[in-house]
Amino acid sequence: MIDLSLMADGGMGWLDASGPESHLVLSTRIRLARNLAGYPFQGRSGDAERERILREVEAAARDTVLLGRAVTFRLDRLDEADRQLLHERHLVSKELAGLDPGARVRYGAALLHQDRIGVMLNEEDHLRLQGLCSGFALAATYAEVDRLDGELGRRLGFAFHQEFGYLTACPTNVGTGLRASVLIHLPGLVLTKEVSRVLQGLAQVGLTFRGLYGEGSEVVGNFFQLSNQTTLGKSEGELLDHLARVVRQVIEYEEQARQVLLQSAPTVIEDKVWRAYGLLRYARNLSFDEAMNLLSGVRLGVGLGLIPGIGMYTLNKLLIQSQPAHLAVAENLPLGDPALALRRAALVRRVLEDDVERRG
Amino acid sequence: MTCENCGEREAVVHLTQIEDAQVTTVHLCERCAAERGVEPPPAGKTPLGSFLAAIGDSEGTDEAGQAKCPGCGASFANFRETGRLGCAECWTAFEAPLRDLVRRLHGSTVHVGERYVSAGSTRAERTEDDLRERLRLAIETENFELAADLRDRLRK
Repeated sequence: MIDLSLMADGGMGWLDASGPESHLVLSTRIRLARNLAGYPFQGRSGDAERERILREVEAAARDTVLLGRAVTFRLDRLDEADRQLLHERHLVSKELAGLDPGARVRYGAALLHQDRIGVMLNEEDHLRLQGLCSGFALAATYAEVDRLDGELGRRLGFAFHQEFGYLTACPTNVGTGLRASVLIHLPGLVLTKEVSRVLQGLAQVGLTFRGLYGEGSEVVGNFFQLSNQTTLGKSEGELLDHLARVVRQVIEYEEQARQVLLQSAPTVIEDKVWRAYGLLRYARNLSFDEAMNLLSGVRLGVGLGLIPGIGMYTLNKLLIQSQPAHLAVAENLPLGDPALALRRAALVRRVLEDDVERRG
Repeated sequence: MTCENCGEREAVVHLTQIEDAQVTTVHLCERCAAERGVEPPPAGKTPLGSFLAAIGDSEGTDEAGQAKCPGCGASFANFRETGRLGCAECWTAFEAPLRDLVRRLHGSTVHVGERYVSAGSTRAERTEDDLRERLRLAIETENFELAADLRDRLRK
Protein backbone atom coordinates (compact mmCIF):
# COMPACT_ATOMS: atom_id res chain seq x y z
CA MET A 1 0.00 0.00 0.00
CA ILE A 2 1.07 3.54 -0.71
CA ASP A 3 2.71 5.38 2.16
CA LEU A 4 1.38 8.90 2.11
CA SER A 5 2.99 9.67 5.43
CA LEU A 6 6.15 10.21 3.40
CA MET A 7 4.63 13.53 2.46
CA ALA A 8 4.64 15.95 5.39
CA ASP A 9 1.01 16.93 4.94
CA GLY A 10 -0.05 13.92 2.90
CA GLY A 11 -0.02 16.27 -0.07
CA MET A 12 -3.09 17.95 1.34
CA GLY A 13 -1.74 21.30 2.48
CA TRP A 14 -4.01 22.90 -0.08
CA LEU A 15 -7.02 21.73 1.92
CA ASP A 16 -6.34 23.77 5.01
CA ALA A 17 -8.63 26.63 3.91
CA SER A 18 -5.95 29.14 4.92
CA GLY A 19 -5.71 30.87 1.54
CA PRO A 20 -7.48 34.00 0.31
CA GLU A 21 -11.23 33.67 -0.43
CA SER A 22 -11.17 30.10 0.88
CA HIS A 23 -14.87 30.23 1.75
CA LEU A 24 -15.49 30.12 -2.02
CA VAL A 25 -12.20 29.04 -3.60
CA LEU A 26 -10.91 25.65 -2.50
CA SER A 27 -7.61 25.68 -4.28
CA THR A 28 -5.45 27.18 -7.00
CA ARG A 29 -3.49 24.92 -9.27
CA ILE A 30 -0.90 25.78 -11.89
CA ARG A 31 0.91 23.46 -14.20
CA LEU A 32 3.64 23.99 -16.77
CA ALA A 33 4.07 21.47 -19.59
CA ARG A 34 7.71 20.75 -20.49
CA ASN A 35 9.44 18.20 -22.69
CA LEU A 36 13.05 17.10 -22.76
CA ALA A 37 14.93 17.86 -25.96
CA GLY A 38 16.36 14.73 -27.56
CA TYR A 39 13.57 12.34 -26.62
CA PRO A 40 10.47 11.61 -28.70
CA PHE A 41 7.24 12.82 -27.11
CA GLN A 42 5.24 10.46 -24.96
CA GLY A 43 3.19 8.83 -27.77
CA ARG A 44 6.28 7.69 -29.67
CA SER A 45 8.59 6.74 -26.84
CA GLY A 46 9.07 3.22 -25.56
CA ASP A 47 9.49 1.87 -22.04
CA ALA A 48 13.28 2.24 -22.11
CA GLU A 49 13.02 5.91 -23.03
CA ARG A 50 10.40 6.54 -20.35
CA GLU A 51 12.65 4.94 -17.80
CA ARG A 52 15.57 7.16 -18.89
CA ILE A 53 13.38 10.28 -18.73
CA LEU A 54 12.27 9.32 -15.23
CA ARG A 55 15.84 8.74 -14.05
CA GLU A 56 17.16 11.89 -15.66
CA VAL A 57 14.51 14.09 -14.08
CA GLU A 58 14.81 12.36 -10.72
CA ALA A 59 18.57 12.93 -10.71
CA ALA A 60 18.12 16.59 -11.66
CA ALA A 61 15.41 17.06 -9.03
CA ARG A 62 17.58 15.60 -6.28
CA ASP A 63 19.99 18.46 -6.87
CA THR A 64 17.33 21.19 -6.51
CA VAL A 65 16.11 23.03 -3.43
CA LEU A 66 12.43 22.77 -4.25
CA LEU A 67 12.37 19.02 -5.02
CA GLY A 68 15.54 17.94 -3.22
CA ARG A 69 13.53 15.99 -0.63
CA ALA A 70 10.79 14.89 -3.00
CA VAL A 71 9.06 11.56 -2.66
CA THR A 72 8.72 9.52 -5.86
CA PHE A 73 5.52 7.62 -6.50
CA ARG A 74 5.79 5.15 -9.36
CA LEU A 75 2.19 5.05 -10.55
CA ASP A 76 3.04 2.04 -12.71
CA ARG A 77 3.77 0.05 -9.55
CA LEU A 78 0.67 1.04 -7.58
CA ASP A 79 -2.66 -0.72 -7.60
CA GLU A 80 -5.78 0.99 -8.87
CA ALA A 81 -7.08 2.16 -5.50
CA ASP A 82 -3.81 3.90 -4.66
CA ARG A 83 -3.59 5.51 -8.07
CA GLN A 84 -7.14 6.74 -7.74
CA LEU A 85 -6.37 8.04 -4.26
CA LEU A 86 -3.55 10.21 -5.62
CA HIS A 87 -5.92 11.42 -8.30
CA GLU A 88 -8.64 12.23 -5.75
CA ARG A 89 -6.03 14.20 -3.86
CA HIS A 90 -5.51 16.24 -7.05
CA LEU A 91 -1.84 15.23 -7.19
CA VAL A 92 -1.98 13.30 -10.48
CA SER A 93 -4.16 13.55 -13.56
CA LYS A 94 -6.59 10.86 -14.58
CA GLU A 95 -4.37 10.15 -17.59
CA LEU A 96 -1.22 9.64 -15.50
CA ALA A 97 -3.11 7.40 -13.09
CA GLY A 98 -4.38 5.32 -16.02
CA LEU A 99 -7.99 5.68 -14.84
CA ASP A 100 -9.65 6.49 -18.15
CA PRO A 101 -12.05 3.76 -19.28
CA GLY A 102 -10.10 1.04 -21.06
CA ALA A 103 -6.79 2.74 -20.31
CA ARG A 104 -3.82 1.20 -18.53
CA VAL A 105 -1.23 2.94 -16.45
CA ARG A 106 1.77 3.70 -18.61
CA TYR A 107 5.22 2.34 -17.84
CA GLY A 108 7.30 5.03 -16.15
CA ALA A 109 4.29 7.11 -15.05
CA ALA A 110 5.44 8.79 -11.84
CA LEU A 111 4.94 11.70 -9.48
CA LEU A 112 7.70 13.57 -7.64
CA HIS A 113 6.18 15.54 -4.81
CA GLN A 114 7.43 17.84 -2.08
CA ASP A 115 5.31 20.26 -0.04
CA ARG A 116 3.02 22.14 -2.39
CA ILE A 117 4.74 21.34 -5.66
CA GLY A 118 5.51 18.37 -7.79
CA VAL A 119 6.21 17.00 -11.23
CA MET A 120 4.19 14.43 -13.09
CA LEU A 121 6.49 12.35 -15.28
CA ASN A 122 5.62 10.63 -18.54
CA GLU A 123 2.21 12.23 -18.69
CA GLU A 124 1.09 13.58 -22.08
CA ASP A 125 4.30 15.64 -21.88
CA HIS A 126 7.52 14.40 -20.31
CA LEU A 127 7.15 16.79 -17.39
CA ARG A 128 4.13 18.50 -15.94
CA LEU A 129 5.38 20.83 -13.21
CA GLN A 130 2.56 21.61 -10.81
CA GLY A 131 1.79 23.68 -7.79
CA LEU A 132 -1.30 23.45 -5.62
CA CYS A 133 -2.17 26.04 -2.97
CA SER A 134 -5.09 26.70 -0.68
CA GLY A 135 -7.59 29.38 -1.71
CA PHE A 136 -7.36 31.93 -4.50
CA ALA A 137 -3.59 32.35 -4.86
CA LEU A 138 -2.55 32.55 -8.50
CA ALA A 139 0.53 34.74 -8.05
CA ALA A 140 1.94 32.78 -5.11
CA THR A 141 1.33 29.42 -6.76
CA TYR A 142 2.91 30.56 -10.01
CA ALA A 143 5.93 31.96 -8.20
CA GLU A 144 6.70 28.50 -6.79
CA VAL A 145 6.17 26.63 -10.04
CA ASP A 146 8.21 29.23 -11.92
CA ARG A 147 11.11 28.77 -9.51
CA LEU A 148 10.94 25.04 -9.94
CA ASP A 149 10.90 25.55 -13.73
CA GLY A 150 14.10 27.59 -13.39
CA GLU A 151 15.78 25.03 -11.17
CA LEU A 152 14.92 22.08 -13.41
CA GLY A 153 15.46 24.01 -16.64
CA ARG A 154 19.06 24.71 -15.74
CA ARG A 155 19.72 21.02 -15.16
CA LEU A 156 17.73 19.52 -18.01
CA GLY A 157 17.40 20.48 -21.67
CA PHE A 158 13.83 21.56 -22.42
CA ALA A 159 12.42 21.54 -25.96
CA PHE A 160 11.98 25.21 -26.94
CA HIS A 161 11.25 26.88 -30.28
CA GLN A 162 12.10 30.51 -30.98
CA GLU A 163 8.64 31.28 -32.36
CA PHE A 164 6.34 28.75 -30.67
CA GLY A 165 7.95 28.73 -27.23
CA TYR A 166 7.92 25.60 -25.06
CA LEU A 167 7.05 22.67 -27.32
CA THR A 168 4.35 20.24 -26.26
CA ALA A 169 2.87 17.06 -27.66
CA CYS A 170 -0.50 18.75 -28.15
CA PRO A 171 -0.69 22.19 -29.80
CA THR A 172 -3.30 23.31 -27.25
CA ASN A 173 -0.53 23.59 -24.64
CA VAL A 174 2.31 25.08 -26.68
CA GLY A 175 3.95 28.42 -25.83
CA THR A 176 3.94 28.96 -22.10
CA GLY A 177 2.69 25.43 -21.38
CA LEU A 178 0.77 27.09 -18.57
CA ARG A 179 -2.62 26.00 -17.34
CA ALA A 180 -3.90 27.77 -14.24
CA SER A 181 -7.11 26.64 -12.59
CA VAL A 182 -9.12 27.83 -9.70
CA LEU A 183 -11.47 25.37 -7.98
CA ILE A 184 -14.49 27.39 -6.93
CA HIS A 185 -17.79 26.59 -5.23
CA LEU A 186 -20.77 28.26 -6.91
CA PRO A 187 -24.01 27.03 -5.29
CA GLY A 188 -25.54 30.51 -5.30
CA LEU A 189 -25.22 30.82 -9.05
CA VAL A 190 -26.55 27.29 -9.52
CA LEU A 191 -29.57 27.91 -7.26
CA THR A 192 -30.40 31.23 -8.92
CA LYS A 193 -29.99 29.52 -12.32
CA GLU A 194 -27.43 32.09 -13.37
CA VAL A 195 -24.56 29.66 -13.64
CA SER A 196 -24.99 28.66 -17.28
CA ARG A 197 -24.92 32.32 -18.32
CA VAL A 198 -21.74 32.89 -16.35
CA LEU A 199 -20.09 29.75 -17.69
CA GLN A 200 -21.02 30.61 -21.26
CA GLY A 201 -19.47 34.02 -20.70
CA LEU A 202 -16.19 32.34 -19.77
CA ALA A 203 -15.79 30.86 -23.24
CA GLN A 204 -16.15 34.31 -24.76
CA VAL A 205 -13.19 35.60 -22.78
CA GLY A 206 -10.87 32.69 -23.57
CA LEU A 207 -11.46 30.72 -20.39
CA THR A 208 -12.99 27.34 -19.83
CA PHE A 209 -14.53 25.34 -16.98
CA ARG A 210 -14.29 21.74 -15.89
CA GLY A 211 -15.57 19.57 -13.07
CA LEU A 212 -14.03 18.71 -9.72
CA TYR A 213 -11.29 16.50 -11.15
CA GLY A 214 -10.25 18.61 -14.13
CA GLU A 215 -10.27 17.58 -17.75
CA GLY A 216 -13.22 15.45 -18.79
CA SER A 217 -14.69 15.29 -15.29
CA GLU A 218 -18.23 15.95 -14.21
CA VAL A 219 -19.50 18.80 -12.11
CA VAL A 220 -20.27 17.50 -8.62
CA GLY A 221 -21.19 19.39 -5.48
CA ASN A 222 -21.36 22.68 -7.42
CA PHE A 223 -17.57 22.79 -7.74
CA PHE A 224 -16.17 24.24 -10.93
CA GLN A 225 -12.58 24.53 -12.12
CA LEU A 226 -12.07 27.74 -14.05
CA SER A 227 -8.95 27.88 -16.19
CA ASN A 228 -7.25 29.54 -19.15
CA GLN A 229 -7.92 28.00 -22.54
CA THR A 230 -5.05 29.46 -24.55
CA THR A 231 -1.38 29.15 -23.66
CA LEU A 232 0.39 31.14 -26.40
CA GLY A 233 0.45 34.78 -27.51
CA LYS A 234 0.24 36.15 -23.98
CA SER A 235 2.89 36.15 -21.29
CA GLU A 236 2.48 34.04 -18.16
CA GLY A 237 1.69 37.24 -16.22
CA GLU A 238 -0.99 38.30 -18.69
CA LEU A 239 -2.61 34.87 -18.67
CA LEU A 240 -2.71 34.85 -14.87
CA ASP A 241 -3.96 38.45 -14.61
CA HIS A 242 -6.75 37.74 -17.04
CA LEU A 243 -7.86 34.62 -15.16
CA ALA A 244 -7.61 36.46 -11.84
CA ARG A 245 -9.80 39.31 -13.08
CA VAL A 246 -12.48 36.95 -14.34
CA VAL A 247 -12.40 34.81 -11.18
CA ARG A 248 -12.82 37.95 -9.07
CA GLN A 249 -15.82 38.82 -11.19
CA VAL A 250 -17.28 35.32 -10.76
CA ILE A 251 -16.73 35.59 -6.98
CA GLU A 252 -18.65 38.85 -7.05
CA TYR A 253 -21.51 37.26 -9.03
CA GLU A 254 -21.62 34.37 -6.57
CA GLU A 255 -21.75 36.74 -3.59
CA GLN A 256 -24.56 38.69 -5.27
CA ALA A 257 -26.48 35.49 -6.01
CA ARG A 258 -26.18 34.49 -2.34
CA GLN A 259 -27.54 37.86 -1.25
CA VAL A 260 -30.44 37.48 -3.67
CA LEU A 261 -31.20 34.06 -2.20
CA LEU A 262 -31.03 35.37 1.36
CA GLN A 263 -33.27 38.32 0.60
CA SER A 264 -35.84 36.68 -1.65
CA ALA A 265 -36.15 33.25 -0.05
CA PRO A 266 -34.52 33.30 3.38
CA THR A 267 -36.62 30.52 4.89
CA VAL A 268 -36.23 28.29 1.84
CA ILE A 269 -32.45 28.63 1.95
CA GLU A 270 -32.28 28.15 5.70
CA ASP A 271 -34.39 25.01 5.43
CA LYS A 272 -32.30 23.71 2.54
CA VAL A 273 -28.92 24.06 4.25
CA TRP A 274 -30.14 22.64 7.58
CA ARG A 275 -31.76 19.69 5.81
CA ALA A 276 -28.41 19.03 4.15
CA TYR A 277 -26.73 19.16 7.55
CA GLY A 278 -29.38 16.95 9.12
CA LEU A 279 -28.99 14.29 6.47
CA LEU A 280 -25.21 14.29 6.77
CA ARG A 281 -25.45 14.13 10.56
CA TYR A 282 -27.81 11.15 10.67
CA ALA A 283 -27.91 9.31 7.33
CA ARG A 284 -26.79 5.65 7.34
CA ASN A 285 -26.12 5.28 3.64
CA LEU A 286 -24.50 7.94 1.47
CA SER A 287 -23.40 7.69 -2.14
CA PHE A 288 -20.46 9.87 -3.15
CA ASP A 289 -22.63 12.15 -5.28
CA GLU A 290 -25.20 12.59 -2.53
CA ALA A 291 -22.49 13.33 0.02
CA MET A 292 -20.96 15.92 -2.31
CA ASN A 293 -24.29 17.64 -2.88
CA LEU A 294 -25.14 17.71 0.82
CA LEU A 295 -21.66 18.99 1.69
CA SER A 296 -22.21 21.69 -0.90
CA GLY A 297 -25.41 22.70 0.91
CA VAL A 298 -23.69 22.78 4.30
CA ARG A 299 -20.78 24.73 2.83
CA LEU A 300 -23.26 27.29 1.53
CA GLY A 301 -24.93 27.43 4.96
CA VAL A 302 -21.59 28.03 6.66
CA GLY A 303 -20.66 30.69 4.08
CA LEU A 304 -23.95 32.50 4.65
CA GLY A 305 -23.52 32.35 8.42
CA LEU A 306 -26.67 30.22 8.77
CA ILE A 307 -24.83 27.21 10.19
CA PRO A 308 -22.39 28.50 12.77
CA GLY A 309 -19.21 26.93 13.97
CA ILE A 310 -18.25 24.39 11.33
CA GLY A 311 -14.84 25.13 9.85
CA MET A 312 -14.16 25.08 6.12
CA TYR A 313 -11.20 22.82 6.88
CA THR A 314 -13.55 20.21 8.35
CA LEU A 315 -15.73 20.39 5.24
CA ASN A 316 -12.67 20.18 2.97
CA LYS A 317 -11.42 17.11 4.82
CA LEU A 318 -14.82 15.45 4.46
CA LEU A 319 -14.83 16.30 0.78
CA ILE A 320 -11.53 14.47 0.31
CA GLN A 321 -12.01 11.60 2.73
CA SER A 322 -15.44 10.61 1.50
CA GLN A 323 -14.17 10.04 -2.03
CA PRO A 324 -14.36 6.42 -3.24
CA ALA A 325 -10.66 5.49 -3.21
CA HIS A 326 -9.93 7.35 0.03
CA LEU A 327 -12.68 5.41 1.76
CA ALA A 328 -11.73 2.11 0.15
CA VAL A 329 -8.10 2.45 1.27
CA ALA A 330 -9.01 3.70 4.76
CA GLU A 331 -11.60 0.97 5.30
CA ASN A 332 -9.57 -1.73 3.58
CA LEU A 333 -12.39 -2.57 1.19
CA PRO A 334 -12.20 -3.09 -2.57
CA LEU A 335 -13.12 -0.17 -4.83
CA GLY A 336 -16.81 -0.26 -5.69
CA ASP A 337 -17.79 -2.33 -2.62
CA PRO A 338 -21.44 -1.51 -1.75
CA ALA A 339 -20.47 -1.29 1.95
CA LEU A 340 -18.54 1.89 1.17
CA ALA A 341 -21.76 3.92 1.14
CA LEU A 342 -22.41 2.79 4.75
CA ARG A 343 -18.83 3.55 5.80
CA ARG A 344 -19.06 6.95 4.14
CA ALA A 345 -22.17 7.81 6.15
CA ALA A 346 -20.42 6.62 9.34
CA LEU A 347 -17.33 8.72 8.58
CA VAL A 348 -19.38 11.86 7.95
CA ARG A 349 -21.44 11.32 11.13
CA ARG A 350 -18.28 10.80 13.18
CA VAL A 351 -16.52 13.91 11.86
CA LEU A 352 -19.57 16.14 12.33
CA GLU A 353 -20.19 14.73 15.81
CA ASP A 354 -16.57 15.42 16.80
CA ASP A 355 -16.99 18.90 15.46
CA VAL A 356 -20.04 19.49 17.68
CA GLU A 357 -18.27 18.05 20.76
CA ARG A 358 -15.17 20.10 20.12
CA ARG A 359 -17.27 23.23 20.13
CA GLY A 360 -19.08 22.06 23.24
CA MET B 1 -19.41 3.11 -19.26
CA THR B 2 -22.73 1.96 -20.67
CA CYS B 3 -25.49 4.19 -21.98
CA GLU B 4 -27.87 5.37 -19.25
CA ASN B 5 -30.82 5.26 -21.60
CA CYS B 6 -30.64 1.81 -23.20
CA GLY B 7 -28.12 0.28 -20.79
CA GLU B 8 -26.68 -1.75 -23.66
CA ARG B 9 -24.28 0.17 -25.83
CA GLU B 10 -21.12 2.02 -24.83
CA ALA B 11 -21.78 5.65 -23.83
CA VAL B 12 -19.90 8.03 -26.09
CA VAL B 13 -21.79 11.29 -25.47
CA HIS B 14 -21.43 12.87 -22.04
CA LEU B 15 -23.93 15.66 -21.80
CA THR B 16 -23.73 18.14 -18.95
CA GLN B 17 -27.00 19.96 -18.40
CA ILE B 18 -27.91 22.72 -16.03
CA GLU B 19 -31.60 22.56 -15.36
CA ASP B 20 -33.69 23.68 -12.41
CA ALA B 21 -30.64 24.60 -10.40
CA GLN B 22 -29.18 21.11 -10.79
CA VAL B 23 -26.08 20.25 -12.75
CA THR B 24 -26.40 16.76 -14.16
CA THR B 25 -24.38 14.71 -16.59
CA VAL B 26 -26.05 12.13 -18.78
CA HIS B 27 -24.04 9.41 -20.48
CA LEU B 28 -25.54 8.21 -23.74
CA CYS B 29 -24.63 5.98 -26.63
CA GLU B 30 -24.57 7.46 -30.10
CA ARG B 31 -28.03 6.18 -31.03
CA CYS B 32 -29.83 7.32 -27.86
CA ALA B 33 -28.06 10.68 -28.09
CA ALA B 34 -29.25 11.10 -31.66
CA GLU B 35 -32.82 10.29 -30.55
CA ARG B 36 -32.58 13.14 -28.07
CA GLY B 37 -31.28 15.42 -30.76
CA VAL B 38 -27.73 15.54 -29.43
CA GLU B 39 -24.94 15.55 -32.01
CA PRO B 40 -22.25 12.94 -31.40
CA PRO B 41 -18.75 14.33 -30.84
CA PRO B 42 -16.95 15.50 -33.98
CA ALA B 43 -14.92 13.02 -36.00
CA GLY B 44 -11.50 12.23 -34.60
CA LYS B 45 -10.57 10.86 -31.24
CA THR B 46 -9.60 14.13 -29.60
CA PRO B 47 -11.19 17.51 -28.93
CA LEU B 48 -8.90 18.73 -31.66
CA GLY B 49 -10.68 16.42 -34.09
CA SER B 50 -12.73 19.02 -35.92
CA PHE B 51 -9.84 21.46 -36.08
CA LEU B 52 -7.61 18.82 -37.53
CA ALA B 53 -10.22 17.65 -39.99
CA ALA B 54 -10.55 21.23 -41.18
CA ILE B 55 -6.82 21.51 -41.63
CA GLY B 56 -6.78 18.24 -43.49
CA ASP B 57 -9.33 19.70 -45.91
CA SER B 58 -7.38 22.88 -46.51
CA GLU B 59 -4.22 20.85 -46.87
CA GLY B 60 -5.78 19.03 -49.79
CA THR B 61 -3.20 16.59 -51.08
CA ASP B 62 -2.33 13.34 -49.40
CA GLU B 63 1.28 14.06 -50.12
CA ALA B 64 1.50 16.76 -47.50
CA GLY B 65 -0.03 14.33 -44.99
CA GLN B 66 2.49 11.62 -45.82
CA ALA B 67 5.73 13.61 -45.43
CA LYS B 68 7.62 12.27 -42.41
CA CYS B 69 9.33 14.08 -39.56
CA PRO B 70 13.08 13.37 -39.77
CA GLY B 71 13.22 13.25 -35.96
CA CYS B 72 10.71 10.52 -35.17
CA GLY B 73 9.28 9.34 -38.47
CA ALA B 74 5.75 10.50 -37.68
CA SER B 75 3.67 11.91 -40.54
CA PHE B 76 1.23 14.80 -40.35
CA ALA B 77 -1.47 12.22 -41.01
CA ASN B 78 -0.43 10.53 -37.72
CA PHE B 79 -0.90 13.83 -35.95
CA ARG B 80 -4.31 14.33 -37.52
CA GLU B 81 -5.33 10.93 -36.28
CA THR B 82 -4.05 11.17 -32.70
CA GLY B 83 -3.94 14.92 -32.07
CA ARG B 84 -0.43 14.46 -30.63
CA LEU B 85 2.91 15.27 -32.24
CA GLY B 86 5.72 12.71 -32.26
CA CYS B 87 8.65 14.82 -31.10
CA ALA B 88 9.98 18.37 -30.81
CA GLU B 89 11.27 18.21 -34.38
CA CYS B 90 7.73 17.69 -35.69
CA TRP B 91 7.17 21.35 -34.83
CA THR B 92 9.81 22.28 -37.44
CA ALA B 93 8.97 19.54 -39.94
CA PHE B 94 5.28 20.57 -40.08
CA GLU B 95 5.80 24.20 -39.24
CA ALA B 96 3.45 25.69 -41.84
CA PRO B 97 0.28 23.69 -41.08
CA LEU B 98 1.04 23.84 -37.35
CA ARG B 99 1.39 27.63 -37.48
CA ASP B 100 -2.04 27.72 -39.06
CA LEU B 101 -3.48 25.47 -36.36
CA VAL B 102 -1.78 27.36 -33.53
CA ARG B 103 -3.20 30.63 -34.86
CA ARG B 104 -6.71 29.16 -34.82
CA LEU B 105 -6.29 27.72 -31.34
CA HIS B 106 -4.55 30.62 -29.63
CA GLY B 107 -5.20 33.62 -31.86
CA SER B 108 -1.46 34.11 -32.26
CA THR B 109 1.62 32.15 -33.27
CA VAL B 110 4.30 34.00 -31.39
CA HIS B 111 5.28 33.00 -27.88
CA VAL B 112 5.76 36.13 -25.78
CA GLY B 113 6.20 34.46 -22.41
CA GLU B 114 9.35 33.42 -20.63
CA ARG B 115 12.18 32.33 -22.87
CA TYR B 116 14.20 29.27 -22.16
CA VAL B 117 17.89 29.97 -21.79
CA SER B 118 19.86 26.77 -21.78
CA ALA B 119 23.07 27.79 -23.45
CA GLY B 120 24.88 31.04 -24.26
CA SER B 121 26.99 31.32 -21.16
CA THR B 122 30.02 29.26 -20.24
CA ARG B 123 29.66 26.24 -18.03
CA ALA B 124 31.52 27.95 -15.19
CA GLU B 125 29.22 31.00 -15.37
CA ARG B 126 26.16 28.81 -15.43
CA THR B 127 27.37 26.86 -12.44
CA GLU B 128 28.04 30.04 -10.50
CA ASP B 129 24.68 31.57 -11.42
CA ASP B 130 23.05 28.35 -10.45
CA LEU B 131 24.80 28.18 -7.08
CA ARG B 132 23.77 31.76 -6.37
CA GLU B 133 20.15 31.05 -7.28
CA ARG B 134 20.13 27.91 -5.14
CA LEU B 135 21.60 29.86 -2.25
CA ARG B 136 18.84 32.44 -2.60
CA LEU B 137 16.17 29.71 -2.66
CA ALA B 138 17.75 27.84 0.23
CA ILE B 139 17.65 30.99 2.37
CA GLU B 140 14.14 31.77 1.28
CA THR B 141 12.93 28.30 2.21
CA GLU B 142 14.90 28.43 5.47
CA ASN B 143 17.06 25.48 4.48
CA PHE B 144 20.07 26.89 6.34
CA GLU B 145 22.24 23.79 6.30
CA LEU B 146 22.10 23.69 2.52
CA ALA B 147 22.60 27.47 2.38
CA ALA B 148 25.84 27.23 4.36
CA ASP B 149 27.10 24.48 2.10
CA LEU B 150 26.26 26.46 -1.04
CA ARG B 151 27.91 29.58 0.35
CA ASP B 152 31.10 27.62 0.94
CA ARG B 153 31.03 26.26 -2.58
CA LEU B 154 30.56 29.77 -4.01
CA ARG B 155 33.55 31.06 -2.09
CA LYS B 156 35.84 28.42 -3.53
